[in-house]
Amino acid sequence: MRLRDIVEAVGASVLAGEDCLPEREITTVSACDLMSDVLAFAKPGILLVTGLVNSQVIRTAAIAHLSGVIFVRGKQPNTETVELAKKMKVPLLSSRMHMFELCSELSKIGLRGTRTE
Amino acid sequence: MNDNVVFSQKLDVEGGDFIRGGESSCRILEILKELAFPPAIVRRAGIAAYEAEMNIVMYADRGTMDLKVTPDRITIIIQDEGPGIEDIELAMQEGYSTATDKIREMGFGAGMGLPNIKKNSDEMEITSTVGRGTRISIVITTNGGDSRDADR
Repeated sequence: MRLRDIVEAVGASVLAGEDCLPEREITTVSACDLMSDVLAFAKPGILLVTGLVNSQVIRTAAIAHLSGVIFVRGKQPNTETVELAKKMKVPLLSSRMHMFELCSELSKIGLRGTRTE
Repeated sequence: MNDNVVFSQKLDVEGGDFIRGGESSCRILEILKELAFPPAIVRRAGIAAYEAEMNIVMYADRGTMDLKVTPDRITIIIQDEGPGIEDIELAMQEGYSTATDKIREMGFGAGMGLPNIKKNSDEMEITSTVGRGTRISIVITTNGGDSRDADR
């Protein structure tokens, strides 16, 4: 599933990386506020669902080759963080849903959670 | 083994700077991409470097990251001036952490950093002197097609 499909399916707003949306393929989804865990367990291509909105989320996403980040509860990072995401080509979305609700909606459209062996 | 250094750069890291923390690792990521290493190699080196850099940001006063690239190996030496690590064996255990609340608010301090550096590197050496600082040496071999992703 492409990031563009997710934006439409869950009604998210796009904060950065609009031009990347059509080609970004999502493998699985991880919901996590701890970047330490993301760095330890994430696989390339995941969509990260998080309530954390600082610059480390952007760097973690870029370094771990995540496909995109979606913030919950309508959260929005500050302008500097959004600019960093644009520079590092990390698509940022924002949803008004809370974390569980958003994960549930993502599951309904066929996305699955990230698993570690 | 081909020892010709194709690229080297020393980068500074400031302790306690959670906004800019990670910039040096992102620079390393860009350099390795420009040198056309496979994405899986770039990702492993980037994660190992970033974890080590954030350790400086979280715990040390300041530090440096010394990147050296030969055709066969990516070597990153991370050296800091800081409190050092009393028990390295304990610090290498997943989940062990001395992180403060501020560190956790930034999304770090799960006690996964050092084990994750080891997981993403082919060689890792760590030495530390309490009250002086810590030195971590990371090697990622690039020759022979070992482009495995640590998570796959």
